[in-house]
Amino acid sequence: MEIYIISMCVVAGIYAVMALGLNVMWGMAGLVNLGLVGSAAAGAYTSAILTKTFAIPIPLGIMAGAIVAAAVGAVLSLVTRRLKEHYLAIVTLGFAETIRIVASNEIWLTNGTDGISGIAGPFRADLTPFQYNLVYLGIVLLVLLGLYVCCQRISYSPFGRVLRAVRDDDMVVSVAGKNAQSFKLKAFSIGSGIIGLAGGLYAHYTSFISPDLFVPLLTLYVKLSLLVGGVGNNRGAVVGAALIILILEGSRFVVPFIPYISPAQGAAIRELFLSATLLIVLRFRVTGLIPEPHDHPVIPRPGTATAGTSIKAS
Amino acid sequence: MNVLQLIANGIMAGSILAIPAIGLTAMYSVLRFPNFAIASHATVGAFAGWVANSVYGFSVLPSLAIALLISGLVGLLTDELILKPFRSAGVITTAIGSLALTIGLENVVRLFFGNDLRGYDLPLARDIIVGGIHLGPQQLNNLAVSIVVMALVFGFLFFTRMGKAMRAVADNPRLADIKGIDSQIVARIASFMGMGLAGLGGMLIGLDSSIDPLTGFRSMLPIFAAAVVGGLGSIPGAVAGALVIGIAEELSLLALPASYKSAVAFIAIMLILTLRPQGLFGREAN
Repeated sequence: MEIYIISMCVVAGIYAVMALGLNVMWGMAGLVNLGLVGSAAAGAYTSAILTKTFAIPIPLGIMAGAIVAAAVGAVLSLVTRRLKEHYLAIVTLGFAETIRIVASNEIWLTNGTDGISGIAGPFRADLTPFQYNLVYLGIVLLVLLGLYVCCQRISYSPFGRVLRAVRDDDMVVSVAGKNAQSFKLKAFSIGSGIIGLAGGLYAHYTSFISPDLFVPLLTLYVKLSLLVGGVGNNRGAVVGAALIILILEGSRFVVPFIPYISPAQGAAIRELFLSATLLIVLRFRVTGLIPEPHDHPVIPRPGTATAGTSIKAS
Repeated sequence: MNVLQLIANGIMAGSILAIPAIGLTAMYSVLRFPNFAIASHATVGAFAGWVANSVYGFSVLPSLAIALLISGLVGLLTDELILKPFRSAGVITTAIGSLALTIGLENVVRLFFGNDLRGYDLPLARDIIVGGIHLGPQQLNNLAVSIVVMALVFGFLFFTRMGKAMRAVADNPRLADIKGIDSQIVARIASFMGMGLAGLGGMLIGLDSSIDPLTGFRSMLPIFAAAVVGGLGSIPGAVAGALVIGIAEELSLLALPASYKSAVAFIAIMLILTLRPQGLFGREAN
């Protein structure tokens, strides 16, 4: 039971990392990503394959995964750079599906739908499962803390301010002489890179990845984490992820008590519940638990300017 | 494999794909957001048609009508109750909402029908061979159904008052409003028609093979690719885009395994957005 709780904390930490990444692109720069699970898969597979085939150290593998995810994110952003934002939504969703198809079919590289097992974990051989989980929790928390500090720095740096300006009105940004497109591209690839890093962390933690893990539902979980916590707020991203894991895992215990349903129906009910939650949160509490901090001490925040949703409708 | 055979298969697959692609592009042109809920509505239509066909014993044509009607009604209801309130919050929020809706609805179907594959109750028939090309009678029927439905859609849009109103709203919502066109009713008709066509398309896709709750989701990428390649918002474009995607998917079999069909759709999206972002028939994209 202790191991279960610790491992849930690890997963929550990994979700929090993904939510931080999403916050950079979506919360700060207002860029939609409906396929962040694709970035996570790119990171996870890159790291798993590199550490397994070339026996490179795990941290290097995870870094390589993050870089690949960031590069792929840059390409997606580049293709849609001059287009309306819903093209980015379509392309990212398509990208995630395509990654899954490639991972299922390129058996020589990814072992297909059987997945890759036996991915190295740090000190796994020398530790008991309990110790291993604890150590990994420490690693994830350290990474999370480091990224949190970085994201806070980004958020309050001139770069972060430009990103928020891009989100609110990229015309103004262009008038101010900044290249909005290049800022969008950077934000998107930084965010994708962080999500790819989370994917790598996950792969080395569970030692097993398969295409089935990277389903669109995961994208919704991370979106939901950020929405519940507060879009545009790094603290919110972390709190939201913890809360979502609590709900997700909690529902695992509640569903078996519903009478007369099969396990498949139970799973369907859980997914239904989660998507309903997302719809409700999206509809009624767009600012989340911890709203985006306000930049200016005197000028009041405009009433409708909730992060990520104020993106103009044109 | 015979290239002519592949092209023939591609035309038939493309004409089926055109139906949900028309639905998507029609909804997009009126409601102005990419509606990912089209995937689950294709599944809903496929299952509604399956219930009519395999449980109540209707033949294929009435089942198709039922698929259209049920998914259209579900589309109308979900749009009215769930997606409509999102529209004031922006395109992207609505699009995310529609993705959540699609996963939700898919799980409603899963809750009632489970994950098993189901097949329609179809009469067995021998392939027709024309000049060395094998044509399945069911595929030919599907082709005929698609063509009739497309003709009906075009007739509706170009010759009826409501169809013209819909095109007016798509073209210039403000001007249409000034001229007294009720945009609410137009939006409802667009939702019903779009999701109905999605459901019909879902069943047509299912008639070729079998259905499960993921039927719609698996076809989502090709449907979006068809609409984007043709130019989002253009109905002739959706037909042309669907034929391009259908033929490209079949020709890809020469070099790639069949499971890469969806990836072909993705590559088509990336290519068209790089080379001609407005699509084959579209007017604007940025």
